[in-house]
Amino acid sequence: MSSAALGIRQVKYTNKAFWRNPASAFFTFAFPIMFLIIFTTLFGNHQVQVLPHVSVRQSTFYVAAMSAFAVITACYTNIAIQTAFSRDAGILKRIRGTPLPAGSYLAGRVLHAMIVAVILVVLNVTYGVIFYSASVPTRTLPAFLITLLVGAASFAALGLAITTIIPNADASPAIVNASILPILFLSDIFIPVNNAPAWVDVVGKIFPVRHFADAMQAAFFSPTGSGFRWTDLAVIALWGLFGVVIAVRFFSWEPRR
Amino acid sequence: MDAAIDVRGLRKSYADVEAVRDVNLSVAVGEVFALLGPNGAGKTTIVEILEGYRSRTAGEVSVLGEDPDRAGRSLKARIGIVLQSTGVDPYLTVAETVDMYRGYYPSPRPLDEVIDLVGLEQKRDTRVLKLSGGQQRRLDVAIALAGDPELLFLDEPTTGFDPSARRNAWEIVKNLATLGKTVFLTTHYMDEAQYLADRVAVIAAGKIVAEGPPARLGGRDTATAVVRFRLSGADVSLPSSIASEVAAEDGGFRYQSEDPTRFLNELTGWALQSGVRLEGLNVSRPTLEDVYLRLTAEAEHPEMAEAVS
Repeated sequence: MSSAALGIRQVKYTNKAFWRNPASAFFTFAFPIMFLIIFTTLFGNHQVQVLPHVSVRQSTFYVAAMSAFAVITACYTNIAIQTAFSRDAGILKRIRGTPLPAGSYLAGRVLHAMIVAVILVVLNVTYGVIFYSASVPTRTLPAFLITLLVGAASFAALGLAITTIIPNADASPAIVNASILPILFLSDIFIPVNNAPAWVDVVGKIFPVRHFADAMQAAFFSPTGSGFRWTDLAVIALWGLFGVVIAVRFFSWEPRR
Repeated sequence: MDAAIDVRGLRKSYADVEAVRDVNLSVAVGEVFALLGPNGAGKTTIVEILEGYRSRTAGEVSVLGEDPDRAGRSLKARIGIVLQSTGVDPYLTVAETVDMYRGYYPSPRPLDEVIDLVGLEQKRDTRVLKLSGGQQRRLDVAIALAGDPELLFLDEPTTGFDPSARRNAWEIVKNLATLGKTVFLTTHYMDEAQYLADRVAVIAAGKIVAEGPPARLGGRDTATAVVRFRLSGADVSLPSSIASEVAAEDGGFRYQSEDPTRFLNELTGWALQSGVRLEGLNVSRPTLEDVYLRLTAEAEHPEMAEAVS
């Protein structure tokens, strides 16, 4: 079998195991929807400016924002925590002792996370369409899909990269959440960032989350044009590439005890 | 005799510790070889160098004709590895897990055959999470067999097992030997090495201190034999020819020689003739454990070697 076929085969097993862990599967799916409902209930009726000259109801804003959040949860948070657990459990070390190419194994995981992310976004948008009269981004669909894929792949790469500084599985949820939660708050995901202090914008410009949120909003709400935000996509992809480089250089297949 | 494994002058140093010091060993194709030694002696370091997990500091290593440090997937396809501690996804079933690993190899062994070999037929569709410790270890062996390897590495396969689980594991390894597989096993159990291995090397403090078939290890077969016995009845006394050769010990007698045949003939001849029962008659040579303890004590505490031997 080719490396690609082995990778796709790996998706099948990863997927089986994923759905058989009900707690993990439930929370992966419940969180974005739950946040969507909570945020919308609390702030749903305000108007938010999402693009120059474009304002939407905050509930609609959250459909886009929670889609971005769902992708980050599925790809960055989940991959990082699960990989740290597999490493500590000796699963990665055992895989390393077989002829399965390392790339096929990791690609299988990343691909699975991306599939989960896409399902999450579809659920999120469907929920938004039904309950918050959000509209499906049909005209800007190419931008929406490309943004989704670039974001998912890049955050997955960063998820693998951060495992290189996680000492053990017990520490992984804390480290992963500490690395992402503050940025989520400052990056137009949980709270619309308007008229914030300058340093918040600096944080947004440096890290990929704000770029991803902006690109998602553009893909959702652009009244004209294709909805592509190439600069944001480039920054996200650059972070993804950085993740790949770190992962390739420092990824560990053995528990760090 | 072809060598499945050949190691010359192997050394491995970590920051300030020399874990493996000039180890030479050779394992023939089809042989069951045990590396026996106390914890921390360097067993796992050696086996992980052979498996390709660690690089070496110096020396020549050949596994199935390839250098595990440089060989890629082709060598991994021909070996099976049971690590000391290792995991599998708890949510897959036994059959799914074995089948997943089978897919990594160019010519895997049939799924049901692998599961039968380790005796997990009854647990075929059970999730890994629900298996007992012994069953999980059997699954470890099944995974190592999935690719139908020529050479199997077992790093302390029965540590932490209860006695019956150990017996089961031993039968599995014996089965593998009959399939013509080469087995490289590490253990700190003497009985395990004795029962399973064609040849044993004892390692202590990073050095091989003895090597040979378990029955002859460390000169066991030619070491001094000790004969012990007691006489039934207080009124019986030994004839002077025998009495002059024995020493009194714990209410009985003790005789010691490299070849006790003549003495035993004389003793039992006299006992039969005079109708005396020899209670607790026993001939013993040093057990593998005696030899092992002496060898490892010598290697780890050279200054105490004389006191022990």
